[in-house]
Amino acid sequence: MAENILRLEDVTMQFGGVVAVNNLSLEVNRGEIVALIGPNGAGKTTAFNCVTGVYEPTNGRVSLAGEVIVENHPQGKMKAMYQGENNGKYTGVVRLTPDQITRKGIARTFQNIRLFGALTVFENVLVAKHMRAKQNFLTATFRLNRAEEKRMREESMALLEEQGLAHLKDEVASSLPYGLQRRLEIARALATDPKLLLLDEPAAGMNPQETQELTDFIRQIRTEYDLSVFMIEHHMDLVMQISDRIYVLDFGRLISQGTPEVVQNDQRVIDAYLGVADDAED
Amino acid sequence: MIQTKKNKTGAFLGLVAAVVVLALVVVLENTLPSTSQLFIVLKKGAVYSLVAVSMNLLNGFTGLFSLGQAGFMLLGAYTYAILTVPVAQKDTVYYLYGGSALNFSLPDLFGGVDTPQGLILGVALAILLAGCVAALFAWLIGLPVLRLKSDYLAIATLGFAEIIRAIFQWQALGPVTNGANMITQIPTFTSFNIKNADGEVILRLSAFVPFLVAILCIAVIVMLINSSYGRAFKAIREDEIAAEAMGINLAKHKMLSFCISSFFAGVGGALFAMYASNAQAKVYTSTMTYEILLIVVIGGIGSVSGSCIATFLYVAASEWWLRFLDSEMWIFGVKVPFLRTGFRMVVFSIIIMIVVLFFRRGLMGDKELPDLFRPRPKKTARKAGEHNG
Repeated sequence: MAENILRLEDVTMQFGGVVAVNNLSLEVNRGEIVALIGPNGAGKTTAFNCVTGVYEPTNGRVSLAGEVIVENHPQGKMKAMYQGENNGKYTGVVRLTPDQITRKGIARTFQNIRLFGALTVFENVLVAKHMRAKQNFLTATFRLNRAEEKRMREESMALLEEQGLAHLKDEVASSLPYGLQRRLEIARALATDPKLLLLDEPAAGMNPQETQELTDFIRQIRTEYDLSVFMIEHHMDLVMQISDRIYVLDFGRLISQGTPEVVQNDQRVIDAYLGVADDAED
Repeated sequence: MIQTKKNKTGAFLGLVAAVVVLALVVVLENTLPSTSQLFIVLKKGAVYSLVAVSMNLLNGFTGLFSLGQAGFMLLGAYTYAILTVPVAQKDTVYYLYGGSALNFSLPDLFGGVDTPQGLILGVALAILLAGCVAALFAWLIGLPVLRLKSDYLAIATLGFAEIIRAIFQWQALGPVTNGANMITQIPTFTSFNIKNADGEVILRLSAFVPFLVAILCIAVIVMLINSSYGRAFKAIREDEIAAEAMGINLAKHKMLSFCISSFFAGVGGALFAMYASNAQAKVYTSTMTYEILLIVVIGGIGSVSGSCIATFLYVAASEWWLRFLDSEMWIFGVKVPFLRTGFRMVVFSIIIMIVVLFFRRGLMGDKELPDLFRPRPKKTARKAGEHNG
């Protein structure tokens, strides 16, 4: 069996009376590219936010390479309100903040690009190196550990060169064209030395040619950085081409999973999703 | 590698500029008559520029809108004053409370305010402790308050400053804080003037001292801003969610920025006590915070040199250049209309409104002084930047 990188067990996210993600279990194996698809409002980004610590799931468990990073069960007011399943299966509470989860090795990009707009391209990447820097604010301020700062700068520069962004390093991030902003966001995520990369709609707003470039790019970084990739995407071309496996979410529930061929031919998927492809393609 | 080289020349130029400014201050002070209004501007300006830069660190670079600066200045001023009143003077200063609860004074520990080492070491240590006390309080109130965002944080810190001001005027604390009375007899900037045996001043250093301390502190803040931590602060300012996703611990970094900013506000408070020759709680009102906020906004949120320039312009305009508006003036036997006590502030406010109208992002925006002399960036990039700005 392939080694598990990410594992979601019975993850349920309930906001008040609305169950946004219902009993979601899935796995991403080492080196795999896995896509999570589904119509608008299916709960894909909510699932991402449960993994990255932005939300605390109501019930369920998330583990990264065998280590539990998120675990919760209905508590307090939610005890009576809980509408999901597997109540009582989980008893532990593990709450890591997003930065701690990033430190463990999950990096992410955002659906609507979130770069540090006023900082330069170089600084954007350099910021991601900050969390693993062996220095405190005094040694940093008084330049007592120049070797560390130098290492951070060199690593960032090397990363920018690999990503073909080196010539733009002194440009302000917000002045980059859209496609390059996407690319910079991925470069910045890679700078955190992740095991798993979460991409939230990386091809949003891209034309077919850019999408094709992105496909190659994702494949390339997977091998180069020894990554597993878990992505949300609406571009079916991209998803079908690139994914090793696909999970399909509808109204917060998993309705299908498997290789692209299996999912494409699954009647439930066609009913829920591909049948109303007009708005889904967007 | 180009980057580090640029940094080094920058640091060198900064050092040269600092030395030139300090030398200029000493020369001016020893040539011009000491009664000149210029020196009030220089001293107050040095103190205020430090506080403004400390506020900019928090508001401009970390994106935390805090209005507690006067409160932290008060803490610094009182710490300094309480620790430096000479033991011999304590009964006079604290006469209402039958002497002070603290039976020591830092300058006295090193030989008294009249000896150079007693003065320098005692004052330096007291200033340092003033900063530490302010930072400690910042840490304490930061624990609950830093969870708040934007306006709410501003309200909470403003409230804190008001509470601190009330507490320091509380009679029960009189033996320490001297209640509502001011603490006087403390070493001031003029204590640093070098006198000969007859008590005549031979070298004036009273404006040099605040400049030296302010420049040292601002240099530290600039170094912090240009370090890895400074970048993390800026990342938090730009986008908290993305910063957190990049592994930056929000709580820790916000607390750090808050404490460091407060530390330097505390140092600024100690300097202000030296400038005013006393520590008095009722001076450190929210109006003072607003004054500093105004300076930060006029100078440019996110620009250290902007804050410094704006401070001196602001202080000079309010203390010096517009003074004539406050007194009646007769030209050819005709009384100039409007000129009377208080008119200065009217004109001053109008000037500020005009400045804010024409420099919406402050005098400097988020640029620094050296940026103005650099070749402009490529046209495409600038256009896109303007578009976004």
